[in-house]
Amino acid sequence: MMTEETLTKTVAEQSFFSGLRDDQIEQLVAVATEIMVPAGKPVFEEGGFADSAYVIIAGRVALELDISHRAHHIVQTLHEGEVLGWGWLFPPYRWSFSALALDETRLIRFDAEQLRATHEGDCELGYEMMKRFARVMTSRLAATRLQLVDFYGNTH
Amino acid sequence: MSEMFVSGQSGIGRLIQALAERGHRVIGPIVRNEALVYDEIGGVEDLPRGWTDLQEPGRYRLEQRGDEKLFGYVVGPHSWKQYLNPPETVLWSGTISPEGFMTDPMPEPPKYAFFGVRPCELAAMQVLDTVYGSDNGTPAMAGRSAQREQTFIVAVNCVEPGGNCFCVSMDTGPTANSGYDISITEIVHHGNMRYLIESGTDAGAEVLAELAPLENASDDEVQTRDGLLAEAAASMGKTLDTEDLADLLKGNALNPRWESIADRCLACANCTLVCPTCFCNTVDDNLSLDGTHATRTRKWDSCFTLGFSYMHGRPMRESVGARYRQWITHKLATWIDQFGEMGCVGCGRCITWCPVGIDITAEAEAIRRGDLRDTQVRIGGFA
Amino acid sequence: METLTEPVVIDQMTPTPFRVRSAREELSHTFTLELEPPNGDFVFKPGQFVMIYAFGIGEVPISISSSPAREATILLTIRRTGAVTHALGRLKPGDFVGIRGPYGTPWPMEEAEGRDLLIIGGGIGLAPLRPAIYHAMENRDKYERVIVLYGTRTPDDILFQAQLERFSARTDVTSLVTVDAADRGWRGSVGVVTRLIGRVGFEPANTTAMVCGPEIMMTVTAERLMEGHSMAPENIYVTMERNMKCGIGVCGHCQFGPKFICTDGAVFPYTEVGELFDIKGV
Repeated sequence: MMTEETLTKTVAEQSFFSGLRDDQIEQLVAVATEIMVPAGKPVFEEGGFADSAYVIIAGRVALELDISHRAHHIVQTLHEGEVLGWGWLFPPYRWSFSALALDETRLIRFDAEQLRATHEGDCELGYEMMKRFARVMTSRLAATRLQLVDFYGNTH
Repeated sequence: MSEMFVSGQSGIGRLIQALAERGHRVIGPIVRNEALVYDEIGGVEDLPRGWTDLQEPGRYRLEQRGDEKLFGYVVGPHSWKQYLNPPETVLWSGTISPEGFMTDPMPEPPKYAFFGVRPCELAAMQVLDTVYGSDNGTPAMAGRSAQREQTFIVAVNCVEPGGNCFCVSMDTGPTANSGYDISITEIVHHGNMRYLIESGTDAGAEVLAELAPLENASDDEVQTRDGLLAEAAASMGKTLDTEDLADLLKGNALNPRWESIADRCLACANCTLVCPTCFCNTVDDNLSLDGTHATRTRKWDSCFTLGFSYMHGRPMRESVGARYRQWITHKLATWIDQFGEMGCVGCGRCITWCPVGIDITAEAEAIRRGDLRDTQVRIGGFA
Repeated sequence: METLTEPVVIDQMTPTPFRVRSAREELSHTFTLELEPPNGDFVFKPGQFVMIYAFGIGEVPISISSSPAREATILLTIRRTGAVTHALGRLKPGDFVGIRGPYGTPWPMEEAEGRDLLIIGGGIGLAPLRPAIYHAMENRDKYERVIVLYGTRTPDDILFQAQLERFSARTDVTSLVTVDAADRGWRGSVGVVTRLIGRVGFEPANTTAMVCGPEIMMTVTAERLMEGHSMAPENIYVTMERNMKCGIGVCGHCQFGPKFICTDGAVFPYTEVGELFDIKGV
C-alpha cells in the first residue's frame, strides 16, 4: 500500500488532475486509496452500486455490456491515466457497464460519497472537477459515435 | 503575316476538293435535324449556304438569312471532339490465352480535314492537347495523338458572333491566331461573296499553291475583313469577367447559391456533351459470351451524372448543386491548377443547349456579386 | 496478332498481362493476389497503386501491399466490393490479370528519414501502408521511432494479423491494434484508433505521420494529431481514393478540388487536401 505521500504524488501526476492546486489535490487524496485488481477480475459490475470513482495508474480495463444472448460485449478499453466510471456522479449511483481488469491493474479509488461531499463543500473544486468529467464524457461520447459509424469502411 | 489570297465560293469548293484528293475525309458544317452539325462534306454545296443560327440561353433555332453566305452562323451542338475524342473509342481488344493476352490489331485512325473550325474551337483543341499530353513519352491515348497530328484544319474567322458567344472574354477569338493550316474570312465586298484565305502552316501553303491561281486580296478587301473582325470582337453576345474568377469560385465552395441553381439544373449533362473541352470519360469493358475475347471502350462521361462519382456503393457528389459547382469550378478555376489555363473557350454551347437556360457567364457573375439565391425562373426565348 | 506476355504498350491505357502466382484469403471479404510481372521485375515506391484489370470485366485501382524491395512479384490486397473485385477474387494461380502502372505519389519515405514514423491504418487501409512499414523495417537505422497503430471493426477484421503480432514482438517497433467491438475473448484494445495515439511516445515536431483509411478516419486522425499533439499538417500524409478509371489524369473521375487523385496523389500532405474534406461533395 502506498504511503499518503506517494499517493499524493501519484494523484498529482495524473493528467486528469493536472493544474489543480496543492490544497485541492490534498482534498482529493483525503478520500483516495490505491487498489489492485488482478487480471480477469471485475473492478465493478453493471447494475452495481457506484460507490467509487477511479483513475487507472497501470494496466488496462475493459468496459463491458452484458448482452445475455451474446455474452459480454466490450465497449471500450481504458488505459493508464484514464478516468474509469461516472455512475457515482448522479443518482441512482449505478454502474451502466461492467469494468473488467484485462491485466493486473492498479487504480486510485475515490470514495464516491466523500468525493461528492468534497465537491459540494468546495464549489470551486467541485465545478472544476465537473468540467473535467464533462470533458472526459464528451470525448468518450465522440469516440463512441465514431465506433458506431463505418469508421474503417469494413462494412461489406 | 502570310500572304492573303481571295476567292469566290468556287475557290472554297476547290479547297474542299483538294483536301479530299489528298486523302482527307473532309468534315464540315451541314444542316441536319434543324441544327448545324459536323459531318462529311463532298463540296461547297453541302455547306449551310444562307443559314444562320439564333441562340439564347436554352434556345437554338436555324433561320434563312436571305443571302448566300456559307459561314453566316456560329457553332452548333457538335464540336470537333466528336472526331478527335469520339463518344466511343475502342481502347484495346484482345483474346486471353494460356500465355497471356493476344492483342487485336488496332485500326488506322482516319485522316481528317476539319473544314470550318471556329477560333474558339481551335482553342478547345489546344486545351484538349494539353489534357491528353504525355509527360513520359508514352501517349495517354495513342489514337487521339496520331489523329490530331494528321488532321488538316481549315479555320473560319467569326464576323458575326452568336447570342451566347463570349470568345473575347476568354481571349480565343473571333480571329484565329494559330492552330490552323488555312484560315478563311467570309466578307461581302461590293455585293459579292468574297473569301480571304491565308495559310498558317507549310502544309496549308502547299494546298493553297495547288489551288492556284488564287488572286491576292486587295487592300480594300483586307481592310473590310479587319473591320468586320474588329466589329465582331465588340459585339459579343455575352461577357465573362475572368479577373480573379478562379479564386472567387474556389472561395465560394460553400455558397448556398449552388443548391439554389440545383433547383433549376436537371443534371441532364447536355452542357458537358456539347462542351468542346469537357473530356471526362469512363471505360466500359465487355467480354464475349465464351469469355475469351474482351473489348475496352472509352465512352464520354459527365460529372453531372450521379454515377460519375460512385465509389463503394454511394456517390461522392450526391447533390446536383455539388455537381454544378464541380463543373463550373473545374472549367473556370481548378482547370488552371491542372493544366495552366481555363477549360472554357467562350463558345456558348453550354448556355444554348441547357434545357433550362443556365448561363455560365451569369452564374459566374452572380458568384462575383455575392447573390446567394438564384431568382431566375425565365428560361429565355425569342420575344 | 501479338502475344502480350512480352508487353506491347500502345499507350498508357494498354494493360500488361501479369500471371497470378498465388491467391490467398486474408479476411472473409479480403484476399491477396501475388502477381508475376512479365519481364521479371516491377519497380514501385511505397504507397503507389496499379490499375488491375479483370479480363473483360473491368479495372480498379489497387495499392501495392508488398515490399518495394521484393521485385520478383507484387502483392495486391483487395476487398470484394463490386463486380471487378469479385472476379479478381475468383482467380487461381496461372490465371492472368492486366496491370497498368505503377501510378501515383509515394509515401514520403525519404523525407521522413531521421524522424519518428507514425503509421496509422484503418480497416483495409493497412494494405497501402504495408510497403512503407516494410521499407522502414528494411531500413530501420534510417528512422527514429517506428510506430504502427491499427484500428478495425472487430478482431475478425484484423488484416495481416500475424505480421502485426510479429511487429509487436519486436523491440524496435511499437505496434498497437484496436477494434470497435469485441467480446470477452479479445484481450486487446477496444475503441477508435485515435485513442491509441495518446498511448505511444513520439516527438511531434520530428514525426512524419502516414494515415490511410476511410476519409472520416483520416480527418479525425489528422485533427487529433494537429490539435492533441501539435503536429504540423505538412507532416501528416493521407492517401485518397476515388473511382478512377484511367490512373493517368485523363478520365476526370478522381478530381478532388484542383487535384487529380491519381496523378497528384493518391498520397497527399494534409496541407493539400485538409480544407477540401470540409466541403461536402467536392
